[in-house]
Amino acid sequence: MSKQKLISANDFCVSHDIEISFISALQESGLVKIEMIEETAFIPVYQLRQLEKIVRLYYDLDINLEGIETINHLLNRVVDMQEEITVLKNRLRLFEADNV
Amino acid sequence: MDFVDYYKILGIEKTAAPKDIRNAYRKLARMYHPDLNPNDKGAISKFQQINEANEVLSDPEKRKKYDEYGKDWQHAEAFEQQKQEREQQQSSNASGANFSDSQNGGDFSDFFESMFGRSAGRGRQTKYRGEDYNAEIHLDLLDAYETHTQTLSINQKNIRITIPAGIENGQTIKITGHGGSGINGGPNGDLFITFLIATHPRFKRLGDNVYTTVELDLYKAVLGGEIAIDTLSGKVKLKIMPETQNGSKVKLRGKGFPVYKSKGQFGDLYVTYSIKIPMNLTEKQKELFTELSKMQS
Repeated sequence: MSKQKLISANDFCVSHDIEISFISALQESGLVKIEMIEETAFIPVYQLRQLEKIVRLYYDLDINLEGIETINHLLNRVVDMQEEITVLKNRLRLFEADNV
Repeated sequence: MDFVDYYKILGIEKTAAPKDIRNAYRKLARMYHPDLNPNDKGAISKFQQINEANEVLSDPEKRKKYDEYGKDWQHAEAFEQQKQEREQQQSSNASGANFSDSQNGGDFSDFFESMFGRSAGRGRQTKYRGEDYNAEIHLDLLDAYETHTQTLSINQKNIRITIPAGIENGQTIKITGHGGSGINGGPNGDLFITFLIATHPRFKRLGDNVYTTVELDLYKAVLGGEIAIDTLSGKVKLKIMPETQNGSKVKLRGKGFPVYKSKGQFGDLYVTYSIKIPMNLTEKQKELFTELSKMQS
């Protein structure tokens, strides 16, 4: 059985000086996944990067949750497209040389 | 070290109110924030300038000092020192800006650090996890062909990493926990390494398959025979079929690139024949070719 590393949502909120309701709102909008264990909310560690990014967008840049959802969607597309560009660049290298 | 015009960076007048500064910063930060511009070094650099400008102009004390000395910022410390001397009527031992002992000033320009000190540039700290680091490793095609280890020096720490055979050009791998140190006991950031693989003069790679061109002399192409060719794993003998055409291809199964993280699996090697027409023919050879030509017609 694989073990999942979790961090208490409450600890996260205390260290970032944010309201726990913010995490609940993110869960409702599907931006982060929360694990409930004995009525305590936990955040899987693999989501920490995403969550901290959302916190920065929301608190530092004043972007609301709807905006963050849109940005998140577009950023995923950017990442997919960057990967596609890398694949295409590698393919192009095949045809750039004269001797092949 | 050049003077940095923070007002120009934020696109505001020198008389701008704190609210205007905040709005200008927010607007530009939304355009250039690294979270919104993944893998864009230009945006990161621009964001650092915007952040620095905001750090100075949104702090009344720093803004006052910046406005007061302006382009004479290089003499700011001397002016400050004289002022303190006059005020305290003491001999000169006023401390200058401290820019020698903090290691956290990497995000600010030399101009900022000389004016305010390295430790001055830390505003609201919301980060819990350490910073992620990005690095690039340049490999040649033959390096990427075999699993090997490399030692990287990140922040004066040596990290030994194993690079699996078959890594792709532009591929990024994550080394968990080798980024910046966490704040307040938080976890460290991660290290992201992007591999840049140089092109090889003879072998071209597309995914797991490798392509190469081999010159074949006319006689062997016409009559058939055997040649030895180079592959990434050494020389192999190839049987040439009679009447081989220029540009024809053969596939050598399993002689291509190793499949990433799939031990023992390899792509294929595609060999294209380029038939070399003989040059500087002797009279006798010309005669024979003429004869052949007549036979053909």
